[in-house]
Amino acid sequence: MNNSLSVNVKLGVKSYLHRYLGILIGLFALCLVLSLNSSAFLTSANILNVLRQVSINAILAFGMTYAILIGGIDLSVGSVLALTGTIVTGLITRNMVPIPVAVGIGLILGLFLGVFNGVIIAKTGIPPFIVTLAMMQIARGLAYVYTNGQPIRITDGGFIGIGTGYLGPIPLPIIYTVVIFIVVSIMLNKTKFGRYVYALGGNKDAAIFSGIKIKNITIAVYALIGLLSAICGIVLSARMYSGQPTVGNGFELDAIAAVVLGGTSMSGGVGNLGGTLLGALVIGVLNNGLNLLNINSFWQLIIKGFVILLAVYVDSVKKKK
Amino acid sequence: MGSPILQMRGIKKSFPGVKALKGVDLDIYPGECHALLGENGAGKSTLIKILAGIHREDEGEITIYGEKKIIPNVHASKELGISVIHQELILVPYMTIAENIFLGQEIKKNRLYIDKQKMEEEAQLVLDRFELGLSSKQNVATLSVAQQQMVEIAKALSINAKIIIMDEPTAALTNRETKQLFDLVEKMKMKNVAIIFVSHRMDELYEITEKITVMRDGTYIGTCNTNETERKDLIAMMVGRTLNEFYQKRTHDLGEKILEIKGLNRTNVLEDINLTLHKGEILGLSGIVGAGRTELARAIFGIDSIDSGSILYNGNEVLIKKPEDAMNLNIGFVPEDRKRQGLFLQETLGFNISIQSLKKCFRFIQFSKTYENLIVNEGINSLSIKAFSSKQNINDLSGGNQQKAVIAKWLALNPKVLILDEPTRGIDVGAKSEIYKIISDLAASGVAIIMISSELPEVLNMSDRILVMYKGRITGELMSKDATQEKIMHLATGGINE
Repeated sequence: MNNSLSVNVKLGVKSYLHRYLGILIGLFALCLVLSLNSSAFLTSANILNVLRQVSINAILAFGMTYAILIGGIDLSVGSVLALTGTIVTGLITRNMVPIPVAVGIGLILGLFLGVFNGVIIAKTGIPPFIVTLAMMQIARGLAYVYTNGQPIRITDGGFIGIGTGYLGPIPLPIIYTVVIFIVVSIMLNKTKFGRYVYALGGNKDAAIFSGIKIKNITIAVYALIGLLSAICGIVLSARMYSGQPTVGNGFELDAIAAVVLGGTSMSGGVGNLGGTLLGALVIGVLNNGLNLLNINSFWQLIIKGFVILLAVYVDSVKKKK
Repeated sequence: MGSPILQMRGIKKSFPGVKALKGVDLDIYPGECHALLGENGAGKSTLIKILAGIHREDEGEITIYGEKKIIPNVHASKELGISVIHQELILVPYMTIAENIFLGQEIKKNRLYIDKQKMEEEAQLVLDRFELGLSSKQNVATLSVAQQQMVEIAKALSINAKIIIMDEPTAALTNRETKQLFDLVEKMKMKNVAIIFVSHRMDELYEITEKITVMRDGTYIGTCNTNETERKDLIAMMVGRTLNEFYQKRTHDLGEKILEIKGLNRTNVLEDINLTLHKGEILGLSGIVGAGRTELARAIFGIDSIDSGSILYNGNEVLIKKPEDAMNLNIGFVPEDRKRQGLFLQETLGFNISIQSLKKCFRFIQFSKTYENLIVNEGINSLSIKAFSSKQNINDLSGGNQQKAVIAKWLALNPKVLILDEPTRGIDVGAKSEIYKIISDLAASGVAIIMISSELPEVLNMSDRILVMYKGRITGELMSKDATQEKIMHLATGGINE
């Protein structure tokens, strides 16, 4: 066998299409059915609306993809989101802290909570499921304590603009999602850190034997998720004109659903952010479409559950081939 | 001799793009142990999988007890009395031996409740029949790998298997455990069970088999009586050429001291370890499994902490607390279990080779793909790793090429000291010889090598000097010219160096 091997066999558009073929067809079929049944679906106003609704879940799911890739999980994203949202709005309305400072504090708080998760997971070996389950309670509790269970209203136009503003015709949350997607994708696919994420999730022992600082990688991943949760918390509270301690309940599960729909393996080491983005889109389009079709919200849950099962099943069948 | 229990004639099997079997014959008689020998890729696994009902043959005939049979699935294979003992054991760790033996065929009381007592009694009968010295109530998690293997075999025997196929059963066993397994094989032979035995270790074939069938590239080369055939003939049959210099050991002058370990201790694991290593030297580390060889390597490499003792590198005392510290000193470690500790199996060959050298690929924060390709190609070329592309999944490569990839990963860092733990475990003869050449070349270029190996011929032929460990201590040092298998075994079992 000759050894003039070409390393640079580019993963072309073709193989990319192949990888996401199932979910792409699903998304396309969904859009087709909806546009045939509802004249409102394919309007630019509605499309922007869907994308804006998808943005929070997508950003959380990007972080969740990292957690799942290293063989972990983060259940605390929804609570951290609520806590940072309430604290930032509280700082602005109660303590008259300037908006940029309050936002900065919120981001640092999210980062800190993520580091806290990561350090405990890395240093004690307690499973991430349990550590982040505890953080889910703690952060939620802190949000209730801080707000006394009441939403903190905020009307400051500068802050509200963060969530409701536009860049040209495009709502800002969509811009955030795109920018964050590009940044975290580059981190995952083009940097050493990203390689190590795959390595750690794929084979922890081999990562240790390769001298990879797995504790640092773990901490960095959970820190990233904390930061992304904080961003979502700030954006969401701005959009809702209030910091609400109850917000974000169940967001962790929507994020996990998007990751799983996107083809990332729950056992770690395999997956990509492109898939997660598609997964989040499917969930968003489904939510929107079921609303447009006037389907009872109780039934919506049931339908979403079956869609997740179906999509993952199709994916697993495809993989066996 | 009687008539064969199993006859395979002209078995052919193709997979997309590969002709795995091109007409293979096999005759197995009751009460014989029959070896299947061949390099990786020779078609042994495919043949076994056909017997196990995992693959169907494209052409050819299978006759069992004189009747033509087809084996459509795994269940049918078991019905015919065929049992495969896989390399990876498939026992449930936190269940008892009895529960494992009867897994899926539990004995019930009143059609509802599981009759635990009866299962334990029946399982005990099987265990006792072959004098395994195990209690059926024991938890499987408490057993050694060898004992687990015996439970697997007992499980097969409990459903009256007549043909037992063992795929490299001794790969993970110590010498003593191997002996126990072979005792069991002898007992099975007496009870007229036929055994098909796959192993890369020639010595073992001479120990327990009556016949050897050699395969190469999917073709049947021949069947010979073990006691009438010489080792070099077998190798020639396997590789299709004669291997002149199997071990490819070169002698050269040793350089100065590079690594020195003084009074190293790790409670209950390592005790008062002293050793020196010179540039260009191959230091063999021998001993039975559990003697502390891997543990010593892990301590030197900073995976396990040490309680006392010092490590001197180029004459300076150094602290190695984590693998990166060792890597900063240019110490490399090729672990014993390449699948679990050495490789990222879901990734490509290139990913695996460059993973440790990524730091070098950065120009500021700009990641240089070109430089990475350089590292990867250099690794592939210098070790002649056989792959279609560096984008090929590492899991699709043969064991030998996987092992080369692990070594290439380290060579990219230009190690000065390289610790190799069981460098040729589970790889075929041709690849072994190539690995030996790589090790020799490295030593000749001045790299100091610590080679841990359970294969005595390997240690004897490759090392300049041999250290033998027993129960966490170094019990003796032998120069390779004075060393013999007996001397090593004497020291490895707690004897004292005269």
